[in-house]
Amino acid sequence: MIVRCRLFAAARDLAGHSEVELAMAEPATIGDLRKQLAAAFPALAPLVPHLMFAIASDYVTDRTPIPPEAEIAGIPPVSGG
Amino acid sequence: MIELTTNPIDPQALLARVSSPAAGAVLLFLGTVREMTGDRQTTRLEYEAYEPMAGKKLAELVAEARSRWPLVGCAVMHRLGSLELGEVSVAVAVSCPHRAEAFEAGRWLIDTIKQVVPIWKKEVWSDGQTDWVHPGLDAPRSTSGREPH
Repeated sequence: MIVRCRLFAAARDLAGHSEVELAMAEPATIGDLRKQLAAAFPALAPLVPHLMFAIASDYVTDRTPIPPEAEIAGIPPVSGG
Repeated sequence: MIELTTNPIDPQALLARVSSPAAGAVLLFLGTVREMTGDRQTTRLEYEAYEPMAGKKLAELVAEARSRWPLVGCAVMHRLGSLELGEVSVAVAVSCPHRAEAFEAGRWLIDTIKQVVPIWKKEVWSDGQTDWVHPGLDAPRSTSGREPH
């Protein structure tokens, strides 16, 4: 399946894209996405271990399965305020 | 009241939203753009958000605060885009019957907002360099990115 993941702040700058697409084998988890992101975007790799991920605007863990058509976001450490 | 806005935040408007005869305490916290971080000088900050999730998380935090403290009113605003020195980046206003719970709720809200809401700031330094602020990480192009508030 094709998995789309939005990226923000330094993650977006390092990947060079605000949204990336990865072809992933099913079933896939967020942990799988984390590994593939690091492999597909070497410049982003140092930041990948520090990303949180969200599906449909809720934080998820590496064990969370990726549903079809999921709205996924890679969230670097936040700095609002 | 929860709002992400590119327009300047008016603290008086927040106070008006939370003021009530049922409240004996009104607390307002403002986060503002600070010039110096250690020995580095900031020219401006640029904020971005994952807006749908930021709005959802802010609503969840306000709901949790309401469940934990007897809030009469609660308003949170966060500015996005480019901010000059001294401008208000975030505002939290709460009103409660008594001051102790107003201080506790306001402190919890701003602390938790800074930990979980997907909003980021970029330092634009006086030397022209820029750094995204990602707490716990070295900035990509320098090691001096730190929390402005």
